[in-house]
Amino acid sequence: MTPVLALERISCTFLSRDDASERYTAVDDTTLLIGEGEFVSVVGPTGCGKTTLLNVAAGLLKPSTGTVTVLGRSLGGINTRAGYMFQTEALMPWRNTLENVVAGLEFRGVAREEALERGDAWLKRVGLSGFGKRYPHQLSGGMRKRVALAQMLILNPQILLMDEPFSALDVQTRQLMENELLELWSADRKSVVFITHDLEEAISLSDRVVVLSAGPASHPIGDYAIDLPRPRDVAEIRLTPHFIEIHAKIWRAMKEEVLKGYAQQQKQ
Amino acid sequence: MPNSRSNKARSGRLRLRALQVLVLVLLVVIWHVLTSPTLLPPIYFAEANQAAFFFGEPVKVFARLWQWFVSGEIYEHLWVTLVETLLAFLIGTVSGVVIGLWLALSPTASAVLDPYIKAVNAMPRVILAPIFFVWFGLGIASKVALGVTLVFFIVFFNVYQGVREVSPVVLANARMLGASPRQLLRHVYVPSAMSWVFASLHNSVGLAFVGAVVGEYLGSAKGVGYLIHQAEGFFDMNTVVAGIVLLTAFALLLDWAVGLAERRLMVWQPRSIETERT
Repeated sequence: MTPVLALERISCTFLSRDDASERYTAVDDTTLLIGEGEFVSVVGPTGCGKTTLLNVAAGLLKPSTGTVTVLGRSLGGINTRAGYMFQTEALMPWRNTLENVVAGLEFRGVAREEALERGDAWLKRVGLSGFGKRYPHQLSGGMRKRVALAQMLILNPQILLMDEPFSALDVQTRQLMENELLELWSADRKSVVFITHDLEEAISLSDRVVVLSAGPASHPIGDYAIDLPRPRDVAEIRLTPHFIEIHAKIWRAMKEEVLKGYAQQQKQ
Repeated sequence: MPNSRSNKARSGRLRLRALQVLVLVLLVVIWHVLTSPTLLPPIYFAEANQAAFFFGEPVKVFARLWQWFVSGEIYEHLWVTLVETLLAFLIGTVSGVVIGLWLALSPTASAVLDPYIKAVNAMPRVILAPIFFVWFGLGIASKVALGVTLVFFIVFFNVYQGVREVSPVVLANARMLGASPRQLLRHVYVPSAMSWVFASLHNSVGLAFVGAVVGEYLGSAKGVGYLIHQAEGFFDMNTVVAGIVLLTAFALLLDWAVGLAERRLMVWQPRSIETERT
């Protein structure tokens, strides 16, 4: 089976703006293949270049070396088959909720009436019907994430790129959102690359967990299939013995890298 | 009880307004007492009517304003000054927005032009007035040109800054949603720069008036600046102050209009949240 998204031998080296001799390699020789309908989480210590890798997959960042292939085609500019959910606030603050949700349709030239209709339907699906006229600053953090989710999914992308989308939320809201994400995802299984530093979140959501080493020059050091049954409830599944077993196994491999990443940060 | 709450808010506003008016009344009374030749013995000046000579007298200032409007002689001058101001304001704002957007979005052009923009901005541009008289004559056009040079840079720098301050995440998100460069401009850069533009418009309203009045002052046959200049020739301080009061009132009016447009267009901006006081 050909992968939907293939990142092959990707390296990203950043040059310092002030001093060209000062360079920082965020990602080194990383290969990541995402199959159709597969939910893959990428975990790693903070500052290991997870976001860099996702930006490469999105086409927002050109890798120094390596190739990106989307559905068998080499990626030139922006990855139009992908939706991206950012870690920080990405909604347009000058558009209300409904206008934010339909922004992608508007950019693609969908007729206004049809766009608004589909936007309303999506607001309903993410539990925000009646909030269409509110502006982002009038919504709670969790609601803004729902809007961002609808904004991405309304375009029906084949690949979802998610960069710690729920990390800013409190634990309860977060688990609610994770369950909703799984429910939306199971409806028409898209390929997902989910970035997180939270191993529990990664295991409870994914089919596969890829562990990155600590930066600089981070690269995958482990690839674990998660054979937990679906549908899952992210809060309940964490208590099952099999989950704990998987968690212990991956954590053993990850622990050393986390400590290394922590030491790196202390040095800076 | 929404009713008592809104009543409370209204009475609070009324009190604030009353206090504001009180300050004005107080200032006018002090002015009147200190300049009237008969009320107080001269404190500082040798002669009783010298204070009035230097500072004008409020009663005569208001009498002058009254007479201007009743006789209708002010309308012609006021019209000229307002047209100059509004034209300078509009042309300066539009060109500031357009060139600000252009330079902010093309790094090469902005890098090349950077020292020149800094130089022109640092230059005391009122000095250009005589040149504008030569180029555009003594009519409206030279005053508008002077006002434009003042307004333009304020708006320009704010738009430039506003575009630079666009959230990179919002920008990346719009690109992922499929926005073309033109759509990015219209749906991301321009709205993001708008809050900066409005902040700058409050400053530039005053400067548009400065351009018009200074231009009239230096050479013209019409306008409030011309009236002030003429009155100065006769040491008629009351008319000078009346002109200043008139200009201030209209500058406030224009500023209020800008504020109104701002509240209309910037509904999406979070305002500071106030808790109810009981």
